[in-house]
Amino acid sequence: MRVMAQMSMVMNLDKCIGCHTCSVTCKQTWTNREGVEYVWFNNVETRPGLGYPKRYEDQEQWKGGWVRTKRGRLKLKSGGRLKKLATIFSNPDLPTIDDYYEPWTYDYDMLTKAPQTKAGPVARPKSLITGENMDIKWSGNWDDNLGGSQETAHEDPILAHMSDHVRMEFENTFMFYLPRICEHCLNPSCVSACPSGAMYKREEDGIVLVDQDACRGWRMCVSSCPYKKVYFNHKTNKAEKCTLCYPLIEQGKPTICSETCVGRLRYLGLMLYDADRVLEAASVEDEHELLDAQRSVLLDPFDPEVIATAKAGGMADDWIEAAQASPIYKLIHDYQVALPLHPEYRTMPMVWYIPPLSPVVDIISNTGNDGEEIRNLFAAIDKLRIPVEYLAGLFTAGDVAPIEKSLKKLAAMRSYMRDINLGNPANENIANSVGMSGEQIEAMYRLLAIAKYEDRYVIPKAHVESAQDLEDFACSLNTDGGPGMGGPGETGGLRKTGRRVPGTPVAATVESFHSLKNLTDPSEPGEGRMNLLNWDGKGITNGMFPPPAVAGGTA
Amino acid sequence: MNNLDVLIWVAFPYAAAASFFIGHIIRYRYDQYGWTSRSSQTYENKWLRWGSPLFHYGMLAVIAGHIIGLLIPREWLDFIGIDDHIYHLGATWLGTAAAAITVIGMILLLIRRGAVKRVFKVTTTMDVVMYVFLFATIAFGTLAVVQFQVLGAGYDYRGSVSPWIRSLILMQPNVALMAGVPLAFQLHVITATALFAIWPFTRLIHVLSVPIWYLFRPYVVYRSRDKHLGARKPRPGWERSVRPGQNEWAEYPHKEKV
Ligand code: HEM
Ligand code: SF4
Ligand code: SF4
Repeated sequence: MRVMAQMSMVMNLDKCIGCHTCSVTCKQTWTNREGVEYVWFNNVETRPGLGYPKRYEDQEQWKGGWVRTKRGRLKLKSGGRLKKLATIFSNPDLPTIDDYYEPWTYDYDMLTKAPQTKAGPVARPKSLITGENMDIKWSGNWDDNLGGSQETAHEDPILAHMSDHVRMEFENTFMFYLPRICEHCLNPSCVSACPSGAMYKREEDGIVLVDQDACRGWRMCVSSCPYKKVYFNHKTNKAEKCTLCYPLIEQGKPTICSETCVGRLRYLGLMLYDADRVLEAASVEDEHELLDAQRSVLLDPFDPEVIATAKAGGMADDWIEAAQASPIYKLIHDYQVALPLHPEYRTMPMVWYIPPLSPVVDIISNTGNDGEEIRNLFAAIDKLRIPVEYLAGLFTAGDVAPIEKSLKKLAAMRSYMRDINLGNPANENIANSVGMSGEQIEAMYRLLAIAKYEDRYVIPKAHVESAQDLEDFACSLNTDGGPGMGGPGETGGLRKTGRRVPGTPVAATVESFHSLKNLTDPSEPGEGRMNLLNWDGKGITNGMFPPPAVAGGTA
Repeated sequence: MNNLDVLIWVAFPYAAAASFFIGHIIRYRYDQYGWTSRSSQTYENKWLRWGSPLFHYGMLAVIAGHIIGLLIPREWLDFIGIDDHIYHLGATWLGTAAAAITVIGMILLLIRRGAVKRVFKVTTTMDVVMYVFLFATIAFGTLAVVQFQVLGAGYDYRGSVSPWIRSLILMQPNVALMAGVPLAFQLHVITATALFAIWPFTRLIHVLSVPIWYLFRPYVVYRSRDKHLGARKPRPGWERSVRPGQNEWAEYPHKEKV
């Protein structure tokens, strides 16, 4: 057993409102440059729909991910190493810019500089690649909210696998959003396809990155990623991809897409996994068993043997604690509501999804029935084959059983909590019908519905021990629970007493998951000023306003 | 042998070699970020799909032929049973085939460069200069082979050009060897030398990083997080500001993990 840590994400699709805030803030942070105009490290797709780039899920066309050979070994779907080198001069599976979309801007100058004419001036679209006038025919979310889907939806690779009758009916019955980032896979095919070895998986947190200095532009990673989450920067001619905002993660802060998510549906936390068993799990024959195989690679952070092995491998205590407190572990393992996207690609993706129940609820409500009544919900999940099969096409390689299980748990949570919210006695039977206790359901409800900031993000800081100490002037006893606990630490050079240590600049570090609590805990009395840059936007924190003036006192 | 000969057949090749090697070293040390194949496949794929493999496979065969013909002395080949006759046949026909493939591929690539707007837009001056010399070298080389080996009686460059190159490599330049060489061959050699001189400053640097070791490494590469803070390495002249009483901001000895 080789215990490694993986920073992972879960997205609760029920809550996604398709606002694209995540995509926009991500773009502003990472890809608002020339050469990556068409690149969306985070994109939000309407499903059913073609996705971005167009039909990326059709691996018969794009040849992403792995296949299992007859001898039971894994091979890149696009071919073995020799074939990769032999086709390096022209990659046969590479999407061109048109498969994403040709980026454009508008000729805004025309609006202000045009001479007076009868017809008003127009700003024509100009290609950002050639600078010429162009017709806009497609973009990253062209079929947003099923726009134009009657023309294109039948090309959705998942729908194509389903029957004809489904295809016709679909549009009226079912729609949801699928936000996507790089999966930071345990068995990344992008890394495996990179001829120069410029791509790597970080040992500490599993984040998959491209070394920009070592990339030679052979563009094999782009085609080998089945999720098409490595992009070619056509200006620098190097590959770029989602970084999981590692500079933030290293400081214990969530990624930009998570931080700004309007639906607050993203969860971030550590998963421990057994690196020695990844390949074996990714090679199981039956695609439907890949889900359980991947679950079995993810380790129990409370298991003494796992802890001992992790420590022996040099993992820090706070990382193990973080893995134990990880919301991801709860959603994947304890509640088993989260599922991986396209496990059949065999890359062992680590961004998982809680399938959306709302479309089912909507359908029941539209028929005039009670959409939160448990029997109605269960019956609908059993009867509404279309959504369930479609979701299975996305999350379980077509196996409907885990989807049903997950949806029923969400349904049970709705019904169970409704009783409580209406002041009725809680119905333990509802919880039991999905194999949970009322207590568990309530805990799941707190995590999914209340979804507090500090419950959603449990991110341990990276260890640059001496640097952190120096930066914050922390006392060596200032550990969690130690006598010096709660010192100046992450609050930005402020002592809890509120006095700035003279001469210390406000430190650049910000909240970790410990200090988040300190920052926002109103039970801690404190004076002193707080650094607004460190404010997480929630509530009033200590030191935000000057202490109330004592009556009669001098100002 | 006059001064011009010495200039062309001694000074120029050595200068080109110096430029080639020193250029590569400098660029490798200071411009890793600029070291790439500059693939334009995301812009256009239909022409490239044919042009690039034809050109490259042809080119690799041509390079192999040059190594055999120029660097390996005739006697060594004789020794393993490749006599003049076999060599001549092989060199002429395989060489012509390789040249034909290369030329077709290059013509496709050049048409693409000119005709496809997106590709034309990203063509730099250095690309043009590189293509001029590359095209000239390949054109003169092909001309020489067709004129002398295919149509003519055959010119024995292994008695002149080859030993001249080896004399340069051995640091005992023999200028006289190049005196009577036909013009087409001479021009081929001169343009090729010029191409080598500018090589490291063009997109051709990608040739040096052929990723052969990909065949031998494990699929998934793991790497440890950089020990420094932040997204980029500290660069000379950009040290982090130092707080009173604290010295090595930029370097944190990686303390043992708790
Ligand atoms: C075996 C080693 C080589 C490899 C792996 C290699 C690979 C590549 C790749 C991937 C491209 C980019 C194609 C694209 O646009 O997607 C390229 C372009 C090019 N290569 Fe090579 N190459 C090799 C050797 C050579 C040699 C020996 C030459 C010439 C002396 C050469 C000349 C060129 C030229 C001129 C281009 C630009 C083509 C264009 O877009 O106009 N390459 N090469
Ligand atoms: S999803 Fe990310 S880690 Fe997985 S193969 Fe694609 S780029 Fe690589
Ligand atoms: S910001 Fe959140 S709610 Fe909005 S589209 Fe992105 S994931 Fe969905």
